[in-house]
Amino acid sequence: MNRIVNLFQNSDTDGSGLLNVYFTAGFPELNDTTRVLQALQDGGADLVEIGMPYSDPVADGETIQQSNDRALENGMSVRILFEQLQGMRGKITVPVLLMGYINPVLQYGIEAFCAKCAEVGVDGLILPDMPMDVYLDEYKSIFDAHGLLNIFLVTPQTSEARIRQIDEVSEGFIYTVSSASVTGSKSGVSGDMESYFEKLDAMKLRNPRLIGFGIKDHDTFAKASSHAAGAIIGSAFIRVLQQSTDLENDIKTFVKEVKNSSEAIPA
Amino acid sequence: MESIAEKKSYQVNDRGYYGTFGGAFIPEMLYPNVEELRENYLQIIADPSFQKEFNDLLRDYVGRPTPLYPAHRLSEKYKTNIFLKREDLCHTGAHKVNNTIGQILMAQRLGKKRIVAETGAGQHGVATATVCALMNLECIVYMGELDIERQAPNVARMKMLGAEVRPATCGSRTLKDATNEAMRHWINNPVDTHYIIGSVVGPHPYPDMVARFQSVISQEIRLQLNAHIGRETPDYVIACVGGGSNAAGAFYHFLDDEHVKLVAVEAAGLGLTSGHSAATVALGKPGVLHGSRTILMQTEDGQVTEPFSISAGLDYPGIGPQHAWLAASGRGTFLSATDDEAVQAAFELTRLEGIIPALESSHALAVLGRLGASENETVVLNLSGRGDKDMGTYMKYID
Repeated sequence: MNRIVNLFQNSDTDGSGLLNVYFTAGFPELNDTTRVLQALQDGGADLVEIGMPYSDPVADGETIQQSNDRALENGMSVRILFEQLQGMRGKITVPVLLMGYINPVLQYGIEAFCAKCAEVGVDGLILPDMPMDVYLDEYKSIFDAHGLLNIFLVTPQTSEARIRQIDEVSEGFIYTVSSASVTGSKSGVSGDMESYFEKLDAMKLRNPRLIGFGIKDHDTFAKASSHAAGAIIGSAFIRVLQQSTDLENDIKTFVKEVKNSSEAIPA
Repeated sequence: MESIAEKKSYQVNDRGYYGTFGGAFIPEMLYPNVEELRENYLQIIADPSFQKEFNDLLRDYVGRPTPLYPAHRLSEKYKTNIFLKREDLCHTGAHKVNNTIGQILMAQRLGKKRIVAETGAGQHGVATATVCALMNLECIVYMGELDIERQAPNVARMKMLGAEVRPATCGSRTLKDATNEAMRHWINNPVDTHYIIGSVVGPHPYPDMVARFQSVISQEIRLQLNAHIGRETPDYVIACVGGGSNAAGAFYHFLDDEHVKLVAVEAAGLGLTSGHSAATVALGKPGVLHGSRTILMQTEDGQVTEPFSISAGLDYPGIGPQHAWLAASGRGTFLSATDDEAVQAAFELTRLEGIIPALESSHALAVLGRLGASENETVVLNLSGRGDKDMGTYMKYID
């Protein structure tokens, strides 16, 4: 069974929510990818989303853009990422998603890309600029053949009919974008958002939801998790990496703090 | 049973594609905005009240029709019959305003309160700021930090017109980054804002909508050419291409006249093999850029590369999807001209005809000698803009 599907079916949610953490491959340094991945798992992240850096990430705010630019300067590429992830399944048990924009994937070759994902043990993809109709007509059969899930996004502006359609073709989870924004540009969970989350709840979708955009700490994570299966942290974690002097420790501390309020951590 | 060979179409199909190019490769955050436009644009354009307002403004405000000028001395030099379509005489100095007039009327009918746009050299930014002043709409223009430094007069014009010019400080700090920022702004303000894209690029329906607004160029050419030579179709239509909006407008009503050769001229920068070029069709590969499947300049790993041209208006790593299809299908001929060839052509036109062309348009002029047009043939060249904005560059060549 796909690790993502398995996670959502079998995690005994005590209501605290599943934590998905995004980071950019090849950041802060080219060969930090697997270090960060391992530390996230060790810290208690439930899923990990590895960003494939791109020169023109239109859905991302400044923090993630800068991490993309830095990773590209470091020499990061799709080919190198697959080399880095080769053999990760010896140690990494959490579901791993690759997030990125479609052009680098197309240049690698969609078939070759999916085959490589399966080979290294990637479970799903998030490609925000891949249109649903193109996915269904051209790529779904290839994704399916390699056991890869495609994760779709919904936003506060997505119509109810389209949410239903996305729910129909989704597997794993639905990425719920909390507000009309690019990543990292707003923080917090407002009253408007809560009514949107409640609307989604009332729709009784077949897929679980993870809420992303604006999740930055334990409070926002807990609030989002009360409306969904869990939440996704991206920009706030990139800022941790930017400032870190001790990656392993800082990552583990951050993840623990997000999942359990700081008071709960024994001194 | 085999059907008879299907007539090839060069216009967008009902799924938003030109052959294999086009579509709407956009994140979900932009889907409702683009979908709203897609559902409404054809109906709005077809509405008689829209048509009247659009045509009235093109006539009374922009100054259309622009002349189709028989350039006698230029024709003599190249031993053929050259007509210049004088888009340089449009209000604001280039064809760009045809599109911004159309889109501001579109935005009003969609109930939008604010306009966002990207600009490279500042021509589209000025044309957008102009129509926003005219219609009293708030205007935000994103411009690469580097371009803001290079194009100070246009920045001043935009500010005087009341627009807010915001620098794009990420990436290469030029047109492609300004486009990214404008898209992000639209993501952050999805309900009350309309994004006026300046060229035939972006997700469907933008390439088709912009081409329709610019198609007035070829519509006029047909009538004017008929008055000059007694037939509506020339042997050649030449235009420069960055994203390709002036070329799309100049080609539009000739696409199905297969005997009319459509010649698009890209900016070769310092030369095709120099590593400093903006000749997308010559150097690019199919991929996805700014919402459509097209041809773009990119690394092997699919990262978008930074183009180079003396002309900021052609300094774009992609090309409109319709042009990608014209290139791939063979309907269009794609040539390129270097910085030096363009500047030389600008001086030549100035001295022969007393017209100072924009650097962009000069790229089209630069291939006149390479067409092989005979003395019985007719060439229409779209002179897309005037050279006032480029005087700083031209003066360097005078010394």
